[in-house]
Amino acid sequence: MGNLDIKLKVDASGLSCPLPILKASQGIKSVASGELVEVVATDPGSVKDFEAWSKSTGNAMVEHSAEGGKFRYVIRRK
Amino acid sequence: MDETISLVLFSGTDDKLQSAAVLTAGAAALGRPVKILLQYWALDAFRADRLKADHGLAPEAGTVGKAAMKAAAANGNAHWSDTMRMAKELGEVDIQACSLSMDTLKLKAEDLDSLVDGVEGVAAFYVNAGEGQIVFI
Repeated sequence: MGNLDIKLKVDASGLSCPLPILKASQGIKSVASGELVEVVATDPGSVKDFEAWSKSTGNAMVEHSAEGGKFRYVIRRK
Repeated sequence: MDETISLVLFSGTDDKLQSAAVLTAGAAALGRPVKILLQYWALDAFRADRLKADHGLAPEAGTVGKAAMKAAAANGNAHWSDTMRMAKELGEVDIQACSLSMDTLKLKAEDLDSLVDGVEGVAAFYVNAGEGQIVFI
């Protein structure tokens, strides 16, 4: 996973719903179309939220992983 | 179906306002416009001088629920007004005070927090809601 050109990293650890998705939306607005944003969250509910959010907004989920209670999402701005 | 979500906030307790803030923020993150009409006790909670005061909880919270809410706040969970503010910065969120409630509570526009965009009547609310869903909290 080291080869992605991440433009912005957003740490949403410790934040509960709806803040991870809110922070992700803020982050994605600050980058240009086609650029990548990485979000790390600890809220297990964020998994379904990020799936739905990606589908609805058209910002594609490039990668996602769950490790040691941390959920990582890499999103490409539409 | 119109994508606009319209919320009528009636209750002024912190748990119901938190619920409204979550719904607002989620819609804003999805890029859906949100229209909010503040009535009665919800409007009272948006007074500039008591926005962050203790507004209590709904009666069904009970002692266990109250303790859980207190712990969540101590854990750094965002206050509903901060979540609302973030939602407004992020998306298209319009918050209007109900003009009847303004009269009843003897409020002036300058008494309200800057989260509130204006004062409107019920006809304006319905017209702006369009064909979208209306949720009453």
